[in-house]
Amino acid sequence: MTLLRRSTLLLLSFALLLGLIACTGKADQAPEVKLQGAGASFPAPLYNRWFKEYASAHQNILVDYQSVGSGNGVKSVLDHTVDFGASDAAMKPEDMSKVQGGVQLFPMTAGSIVLAYNLKGVDSLKLSRKAYVGIFLGKVKRWNDSAVAAANPGVSLPDLPINIVVRADGSGTSFVFSKHLSAVSDEFNKGVGANTMPNWPVGTKSKGNEGVTASVMTTPGSIGYIEYGYAKTQNVPFAALENKSGKYVTASTASGQAALASVTLPEDLIAWASDPEAPEAYPIVTYTWLICYKKYSDKNKQQALRELIHYALTDGQKQAESLGYIPLPDTVVAKASAAVDNITAE
Amino acid sequence: MSAGSAAPPLIEHGAVFQARKGEITQAPTRGQIFLDRAFRRTCFVFASLTIVVVTFIVLRIAFAAAPAMRHYGTGFLSGRVWDPNTERYGILAEIWGTLYTSILALILGTAFGLAAAIFLSEGYLGQAVFNLLKGSRLHLKPFWGNLPDQVEMLLKNLIELLAAIPSVVYGLWGLFVVIPLIRPVCNWLHLKLGWISLFSTDLSGPGVLPAVIVLSIMIMPTVTAISRDALVAVPPKLRMAAYGLGATRWEALLAVILPTAARGIFGGVILALGRALGETMALAMLVGNSNQIQLSLFSPANTLAALLANNFPEAGTREISVLMYAALVLLGITFVVNLLGVVIIQRASLAHAE
Amino acid sequence: MATLNIAASGKGTIQNPFADLDFPQLERSLRRPRTLVDFALNILVAGMTIAALVPLFSVVFLLAWRGGHKLSLAVFTELPPAPLEQGGGFGNAIVGTLVIVGLAVLISVPIGLLTAIYISQDKGGRVAQIVRFSAKILTGFPSILAGVFAYGAIVLATGGYSSIAGAVALSILMLPTIILTSEEAIRMVPARMREAAFGMGATQTQTIWMVLLPTALPGILTGVMLAVARAAGETAPLLFTALFSNYWLWSHGRAELMRPTASLAVLIYNFAGMPFPNQVELAWAAALVLVLLVLAANLIGQGLSRRQIQQP
Repeated sequence: MTLLRRSTLLLLSFALLLGLIACTGKADQAPEVKLQGAGASFPAPLYNRWFKEYASAHQNILVDYQSVGSGNGVKSVLDHTVDFGASDAAMKPEDMSKVQGGVQLFPMTAGSIVLAYNLKGVDSLKLSRKAYVGIFLGKVKRWNDSAVAAANPGVSLPDLPINIVVRADGSGTSFVFSKHLSAVSDEFNKGVGANTMPNWPVGTKSKGNEGVTASVMTTPGSIGYIEYGYAKTQNVPFAALENKSGKYVTASTASGQAALASVTLPEDLIAWASDPEAPEAYPIVTYTWLICYKKYSDKNKQQALRELIHYALTDGQKQAESLGYIPLPDTVVAKASAAVDNITAE
Repeated sequence: MSAGSAAPPLIEHGAVFQARKGEITQAPTRGQIFLDRAFRRTCFVFASLTIVVVTFIVLRIAFAAAPAMRHYGTGFLSGRVWDPNTERYGILAEIWGTLYTSILALILGTAFGLAAAIFLSEGYLGQAVFNLLKGSRLHLKPFWGNLPDQVEMLLKNLIELLAAIPSVVYGLWGLFVVIPLIRPVCNWLHLKLGWISLFSTDLSGPGVLPAVIVLSIMIMPTVTAISRDALVAVPPKLRMAAYGLGATRWEALLAVILPTAARGIFGGVILALGRALGETMALAMLVGNSNQIQLSLFSPANTLAALLANNFPEAGTREISVLMYAALVLLGITFVVNLLGVVIIQRASLAHAE
Repeated sequence: MATLNIAASGKGTIQNPFADLDFPQLERSLRRPRTLVDFALNILVAGMTIAALVPLFSVVFLLAWRGGHKLSLAVFTELPPAPLEQGGGFGNAIVGTLVIVGLAVLISVPIGLLTAIYISQDKGGRVAQIVRFSAKILTGFPSILAGVFAYGAIVLATGGYSSIAGAVALSILMLPTIILTSEEAIRMVPARMREAAFGMGATQTQTIWMVLLPTALPGILTGVMLAVARAAGETAPLLFTALFSNYWLWSHGRAELMRPTASLAVLIYNFAGMPFPNQVELAWAAALVLVLLVLAANLIGQGLSRRQIQQP
């Protein structure tokens, strides 16, 4: 057979194969509305769960979400290449003013950041403020240092150097953690500051939450900051931290919600719980936001989006806990639901 | 050119030559000349398109980098701190990391790649299979007779398969397999020979060596595939002439075949170097992302491409301009390296001609 | 003189001129330095090739071990699962990769091949030198920048993520490889074939299409396959251009090329970092499928270009 004939045969069979694969999938009825979102990677598992459940319940609405990072999410919103965005660091006022018609942010869920560690034989560890700030400033260098030992009487801490693991890539997790450290320590605030990519004075770098988790789990004597969901699903031990009231609190749904309750949400629904005062509050907790335009030209999209957010704020919250997130307090749900009315069609 | 015998009519093609219709040698018809001109013009257009595209890309990046260039100037190239908070940026550590990892990976990748290409082009495996088949006298049967060629093809495909593995997978493989594997060896080297600057730190995870190992594996298939094609294209009569003069296999290779194929091999090396300079994902996971400048193979480092990969998603509008500046520097490094390559080729061909 | 009998036909016997030569004398003993060096280098090269294959087997073994058990028909026909959901597949990602890489090939191969033809014929000319140099500069282009560039050029211009933007980003990465390898392949065609064609009165175009390209086809194919293999596995460019989708490409019976499209590379990137075992296993399975797909493409390409008559 000549090359031409062979190539034609190949192309035909290729097209046939593609057609077969496409047709054996789930039969799509004509989808009316397709919504595209992009943004933070922290809530991505939860969002993906929500959108899939929602799509199977409503056959004519397809919602897609891709984690590209909070910064990229905001950029996509500014460029109008998506229908909605998501960010762990909310949105700066100067960015919000760049969008014609304005944006509305909705807190969708919340999560805690925990300090995971790898110490053989140490089942529970308490870290005082002085200890964990000192560790990340590079001042507390060994596990049996007095700052660490003081809060853990009866626990034999090994004489190992502390191997600190931080994020190599910019991320909302780093932003929230460094924001908290800046709130509790002047020295950190002046030296490093709150940033998606803080200039950590010490630490080996790993990419992504999964990279930090892997590094901590495989290197003895390590400590690193990861999201609660990762620690929970991978069974990585994490420390109880001292909060503003002086109590040692472990991350959990209850302690997370206590932290969130201590902050009242203002009109624009953006608030930070960088250093909650309540005695049962876990000190490092953050909301994560969905960014929607205030005006949509497509009425179907606007309608679908409103229903989607209502779903997320009510039924969706029930799935948050199993995935490692903190369900929103009722007051927050009420405020956010009211704000949905701000999304209008042009 | 024949002076025609009987039947076919003589065709006049101006003053060039005469030919008869149906003869092997014929001047082109008017239609064929037209097609020829049209096709050549089309090729020229596409070649210019390539130049336009590359220029466009470089200009766009330069444009995006302009604000940062104005703000930071050349201090950007000698600074070592990357701090978005205080807006101090410097990429000296990344420039060092890019050059260090790429050159080491190039040496390693070219060595193994060229060895594999020689192995493939000399047909050792086919020979071995043939000898095996000869032993059981199957070598002349229809199915078994094809086996040596097919085994050679299989080996060639296997090596090219290395190119098909996604870079994310290489990163994960490096993290889960390579680092735990080399950690005991590296730490032993650091303990015993730590006074040599190459081993002066210990391997606490990602670092230059794991990155270099994985990078060299990634660029190897490029070198092998292109070098093999170059070696196979050497005219057989050159080979036979060398053997006829009494050369051993390797004397023929080193003195005759490799120099003849050198241009093709060098082309493959340039492509491999380009890939090494620009590799993003795998290095972002394996190089350690730390702004250090050290000769030690075990210390973490950072490369320009990894810096881009790690910082781009979360970069604010100011930081993007700085990152574009870094990208421009990377293109500049590629430019300089290729310029050096051209100079080397020119020098080598001059020396060859003498 | 010893004679060699040729049996059956009984046409007589042939004199064997080599009968009184002692063949073992033609073998060289290893005690001679040249033979020793030759032998040692043979072993070295064989060893290095085996060493080069070890990582391949290691990676494929890792993929098979971690994801192999997930391979089933479901993987090709189902959509990606949500976190904590069991089962699922990545059929849409496979289709997406085929479509995006296919489009990238359609864009980059014609441009690359025609450019290569021009510079291989023009050799020393000004334009050819500039083109060659530009292509070499493009080889060092980081993949994330290709994505950023395509984002600015296509996504912003068309107002949304699409598989076409993804194809453009990938073709930027594929172009230098195709240009440089194709040019080398065409240049390696022996000059006498070209001269013979001219001697027969062929125009340059006829020479190229009927003589040079068919002869250079294996080399060109190598370049295209290398480029395709790399492009299929690149994640960063697609994150900025084609994004991802959890649904099939087809809707209303038409392929939607202007919408975000799933791809195997982005799926692996997404799923490998999740703390859910089902997703992580699917990521490994997807990597295995990707490698097998490229191998299949390689074999198909070689099958297409196999010539009936052996090249002398």
